[in-house]
Amino acid sequence: MPDFGNVQIPVGPQHPALKEPESFLITLRGEKITAASVRMGYNHRGVEKGAEGRTYTQDIYLVERICGICSHSHGTAFIQAVEEIAGLDVPRRAKYIRMLVGELERVHSHLLWLGVAGHEIGFDTLLMYSWRDREVVMDLLAAVSGNRVHYSMNTVGGVRRDVDSALAETILKGVDRLEEQTKYYIQVCSEETTVIKRLSGVGVVTHEDALRLLVVGPTARASGVARDIRKDDPYLAYDELDFKIVTSDHCDVYGRTLVRLGELMESYSMIRQIVKNMPDGPITVKAPRKIPAGEALSRYEAPRGEDVHYVKANGTEKPERVKVRAPTLANLQAVSHMLRDNNLADMPIVIAAIDPCFSCTDRAVEIDRADSGPRDRMDWGRLRAHGIDFYRSRGVDFTELNRSLTRRMKKL
Amino acid sequence: MGTALIQILVFPGLLFLAVAGLAGEFIDRRLYARFQNRMGPPWFQPLADFIKLLSKEELVPDGADRGLFRLMPVFALTAVVTAFFYIPLWGTSALHAFSGDAIVVLYLLTIPTFTYFLGGYTSKSVYALLGSARTLTQLYAYEVPLFLAVLGPCLLAGTWSLSELTLFFQARPWALAANAAGFVIALIALLGKLEKVPFDIPEAETEIVGGAFTEYSGRFLAWFRLSFDIEMITGASLLAAVFLPFGLGLGFAAGFGLYLVKILFLIALIALIRSLVARLRIDQMIGFCWKVLAPVAFLQVIVNLVLKGIFFS
Amino acid sequence: MIRPGAMFGTLIASVFRKPATHRYPAARFEMPANFRGQIGFIAKNCIGCRMCMRDCPADAIEIRKVGEKRFEARFDLGRCIYCAQCVDSCPKSALEATDRYELAGYNQDQLKAFFEAAPAPPAASAAQAAPQEEPSPKEPVPAPDPGK
Repeated sequence: MPDFGNVQIPVGPQHPALKEPESFLITLRGEKITAASVRMGYNHRGVEKGAEGRTYTQDIYLVERICGICSHSHGTAFIQAVEEIAGLDVPRRAKYIRMLVGELERVHSHLLWLGVAGHEIGFDTLLMYSWRDREVVMDLLAAVSGNRVHYSMNTVGGVRRDVDSALAETILKGVDRLEEQTKYYIQVCSEETTVIKRLSGVGVVTHEDALRLLVVGPTARASGVARDIRKDDPYLAYDELDFKIVTSDHCDVYGRTLVRLGELMESYSMIRQIVKNMPDGPITVKAPRKIPAGEALSRYEAPRGEDVHYVKANGTEKPERVKVRAPTLANLQAVSHMLRDNNLADMPIVIAAIDPCFSCTDRAVEIDRADSGPRDRMDWGRLRAHGIDFYRSRGVDFTELNRSLTRRMKKL
Repeated sequence: MGTALIQILVFPGLLFLAVAGLAGEFIDRRLYARFQNRMGPPWFQPLADFIKLLSKEELVPDGADRGLFRLMPVFALTAVVTAFFYIPLWGTSALHAFSGDAIVVLYLLTIPTFTYFLGGYTSKSVYALLGSARTLTQLYAYEVPLFLAVLGPCLLAGTWSLSELTLFFQARPWALAANAAGFVIALIALLGKLEKVPFDIPEAETEIVGGAFTEYSGRFLAWFRLSFDIEMITGASLLAAVFLPFGLGLGFAAGFGLYLVKILFLIALIALIRSLVARLRIDQMIGFCWKVLAPVAFLQVIVNLVLKGIFFS
Repeated sequence: MIRPGAMFGTLIASVFRKPATHRYPAARFEMPANFRGQIGFIAKNCIGCRMCMRDCPADAIEIRKVGEKRFEARFDLGRCIYCAQCVDSCPKSALEATDRYELAGYNQDQLKAFFEAAPAPPAASAAQAAPQEEPSPKEPVPAPDPGK
């Protein structure tokens, strides 16, 4: 007798719950998820390879475009590695401005997440309100850097735009409004019955599992893992700021919501400190076009967790190797663990709760095994022939299919 | 014959209902937007959506029962329009009335839900299948509280005819106060019937794409959407007739105006509720319906029986 | 206190508030001072060092010599990523970031911005009378008009 209990549903690569293509194959028994598998690779763009073919200046903008939301995180992580290799002493004012944009970006990212989370649980009102308030921080970022997305603030040896006192006033005013609104969202999230019912006990990752699965960022902090690169391995001038790591022991999606909301409040206080203590001085130092040979690893606490950039320089204008480990890659492993034994209805919010950014994550890895002999690469022609043969051997002939489609099109 | 045909097709039949349904959808969407501090769509948006859908190609999935797949939207539309004729709107008598029409209306309102189920079931898509399973599951959760809630006033009036029921309350408006709990329950159950937040579980787009309607497109989807809009008007009319039957003897013009006010009030309540809360999970929904709504509705029935024994025997 | 409908007050207040919706395009956006929009070319400043071309991450700039110390510029707005690195790279302030941002067009030609070279000084123009290898169009191709 066939098993009617298990239904497999594909979530993605195209699915309303996902903002980017990624494939989750979910096995259901009734409404319960019994297994979930993740398949990545729909958004591979060859950024790392592309970075090898461009100069360091050009790479800043390429690396920034790894992610649309945490673009400053990727840009800064990359530039930190380059500056470390070049031995540049970045002015303190530049560091403060980088931190300012970084924290504003965190605010923008977390508010965005709050809206997405609201949408995933069918609470569109929360989405509309939090995105309305996100406009405030978007406008602040535009005022600081010029544009709402892709701030392009970094350059080798400093930042490109200065922050004057009038702008500082605007920022403080904007932060006041955001803080007031965030307090309201904290109140809503801790009072609204339906929100609590939908979020608590969902997508649980216990403290032990969080350590075992090596999750990062708010996902880890919501399981009581007090890890934050800004504290553990301070970069820029984070050691001069007074802030605390927000953690929660809920271990579920509700905990992740509280952690993100708490981090918003921390970020507001940090932005105030940055604006208040902003040192005077130049915002950039002269940087050489050719970076001396060397390598560096840079860690950065992006809104979604630890972002790692590795750069290897060979004394020319272009890097020899750039490696990016986006935070989602670390968290994605945990998703199939989180999904198990949850309801199908919780699938969107569980996936959304790690704040996934799939296009940041996709990298190609080529494994060169010692016993596999010389590497075998396919050029376009061979790849095409291989594809045709592959499908023919499975009884699918695209040549015929194409012809019949053409005939049908002609008839119309 | 001619009059009946006009009544069925034009007023207060299909055409009026279609206009009212689209207007109702507009008001619902506009209010929803205003609650969210947004502008909302222009007045012709539902009509534009409808016309656009009509002009689109309709696809029937491979392996689906073509007849059933195409028939279901028509069935849904027919059922909600038919139910409308038995509900007293601005007078104390419905277009057609007979003893026991309250039960008929409730059952006619169940038919659309079954057509959503069957339409989704025959679509041969996992999303549609899950959506239809959820539609049915949800039906069993809200149907009993809804029936019990309507049963309360009926018991009080001692009749199964909606027209007689309105006559009864028209004579004793103060008796309406007894049904307050029933009204709230019926309104919540109506949200389930209309598949609106917090009970839009069968078509939760972030989970199962379009639910039972995932494979529907073009004309068929347009009929389904229109039937939802009309179901909202019919459902609101039923609630207005059963729980708010006052001011019915005012003649056509004033009575019709009052009827529109009542419907608007109910649509505003629906828009408010759906912007206030998050979507529930199916298990939470069933739990809520059976553990909260059904017992309260049952209590309402008992209270009404006692009241009946004391005051109206 | 856990209760359903925690946002009730805000929702009711919202009905009486002005919607947050921005009525674009009826109401225009004001761009911040630092805004990086379409790149403008100030022909008389250009010395033809081509630093902008070298640093452009998107290969969107083409500077061509049309005469003695006279350069024309072509920008591919479809390729440009509006980072304004070229503005920073230019040693002579021949490039500027404008506040034009409505650059979408109905065809590819509208995505090409062309800036003519500065007029040749009278003395030089006599020497440059020989026909150029590729005559430049008389009218600068305008950037797509946002109003259209």
